[in-house]
Amino acid sequence: MSEPTRFEPPISAVSEPYWEATRERRLVLQHCDSCERTVWYPRVLCPHCGGTDLTWSDACGHGAVYAVSVQYRPGHPALADRVPYAVALVDLDDGVRVMTSVVGCAAEDVHIGQRVRPTWEELSDGRNLLMHEPEA
Amino acid sequence: MIRQHSVRGAAAVVGVADAVSPDGVLQGSLRALEVQVIREALESAGLSLADVDGLATCTGGMMMPSVELAEYLGVSPVWTDSTQTGGSSFEIHVEHAAAAIASGACEVVVIVYAQTPKSTFKRGGARFLGGLPSGGADIDQVPRVEWEIPYGIQLPIGAYSLAASRHMAQYGTTSEQLAQIAVSTREWATLNPNASLRGPITIEDVLASPMTASPLHKLDCCLVTDGAGAIVMTSAERARDLRQRPAYVLGAGTAHSHSMISQMPDLTVTAGRESGAKAFAAARLGPGDVDVAQLYDSFTITVLLALEDLGFCGKGEGGSFVEDGRLGPGGSFPAQTSGGGLAYTHPGMFGMFLLVEAVRQLQGSCGPRQVPGAEVAVAHGCGGVLSATSTIILGTEATL
Ligand SMILES: [Zn+2]
Repeated sequence: MSEPTRFEPPISAVSEPYWEATRERRLVLQHCDSCERTVWYPRVLCPHCGGTDLTWSDACGHGAVYAVSVQYRPGHPALADRVPYAVALVDLDDGVRVMTSVVGCAAEDVHIGQRVRPTWEELSDGRNLLMHEPEA
Repeated sequence: MIRQHSVRGAAAVVGVADAVSPDGVLQGSLRALEVQVIREALESAGLSLADVDGLATCTGGMMMPSVELAEYLGVSPVWTDSTQTGGSSFEIHVEHAAAAIASGACEVVVIVYAQTPKSTFKRGGARFLGGLPSGGADIDQVPRVEWEIPYGIQLPIGAYSLAASRHMAQYGTTSEQLAQIAVSTREWATLNPNASLRGPITIEDVLASPMTASPLHKLDCCLVTDGAGAIVMTSAERARDLRQRPAYVLGAGTAHSHSMISQMPDLTVTAGRESGAKAFAAARLGPGDVDVAQLYDSFTITVLLALEDLGFCGKGEGGSFVEDGRLGPGGSFPAQTSGGGLAYTHPGMFGMFLLVEAVRQLQGSCGPRQVPGAEVAVAHGCGGVLSATSTIILGTEATL
């Protein structure tokens, strides 16, 4: 265990497999056996059809920026020395939209429509937080 | 297709009051402020606490705000509502109360709100922590703590900024157009002696104010002030015998689409499209019939999206709709005539003050900021992060 450098996500009852996979820097998402759609965020039922048979499977995590806002003040005190940083919503090619942070370029250069790929930031307990960076 | 059980004109707002101070600070406890505005609203109608048989509120206490307040006031309601949807809570209370009065479930309803975040902050008290859960919630019930807060988004401004960024990219909306909303709203505030911010501003002032979460500037954001307000409603029949010109509830509609911003289906379309359509259908009116609008202005983008979603202009056209200053005094579409959450007051949930101002405009009691001949007013609340909207259409006797 190291010292946390940001507010670290708690683990909800249903998301244990997600966080376990991040220890290997793998992204897994739930898929609904009934309607075959991808489900985000982790749940005990599919919000698309109400089905309760959900299966975890590997996802690619690449996607395109849907919306972005550069934070000039930290959303949490632990991030005070990281401003400005870009918080984005990314439409994953896997079929869901996630909140993320796009790193690996100037925050002001992150733009809507930009292609991004997954990158990971290590958390203090060995889990990793999904982030994104520009493709190639 | 939703079947309309129209309660058009069956209930009316017969008294309003608010407590707002130019420096944004109010003296007295929350209960004292609630009592003050309730008594004032009842007295303006010619009613007293003894007449009240319905009570709605959504803050204070532990778990049951309306139950706890009723005990304090010494009233025993036969109708109660503690619905909490953030900034749209009070519009929902009005919708529920109108239906209850129309059905005969109760006859005189008080809706009340008081919050003093500015005083609390000055005293060094608890600050809004951007969505971190309070004690008792299961983490499964607060998914933003697991899936949003770790990314350091400032809430609520970051969520509204994401929506603004998307609207700009998709429709070419500019920072100048958003700024014009703040400029027009401030023009109204210069006419309101209780407004916190009364000095006129320019588009350049808005663009030069600090950016906390792009693309929104400080002057695109609402105030943080103390404030309190109350509304009294009763049946149309009883309303005609009271002191004030009644503001009849012609139509109401509510909808919500998500709780956290990353789950909003389309960041350029709010649930206002549904709540507005329901309200206009019930009122048997259209957007062109509205004389004065009170649209929730937590941020300038909130107003722009409401203008489009309620049908005052087409989707994507909000920017060009506002840029001639038509929302301001003397403009063709007077909106947020109190000075809004941007310049009048914003204790956390501005929806109460939207209703108070809409009613005052229909009563003709707004003095220098009165919109001449206002017969139809809309109050459109928006709570959460563009999550839950509720639209109330009010009209004078002439609109029945
Ligand atoms: Zn499904």
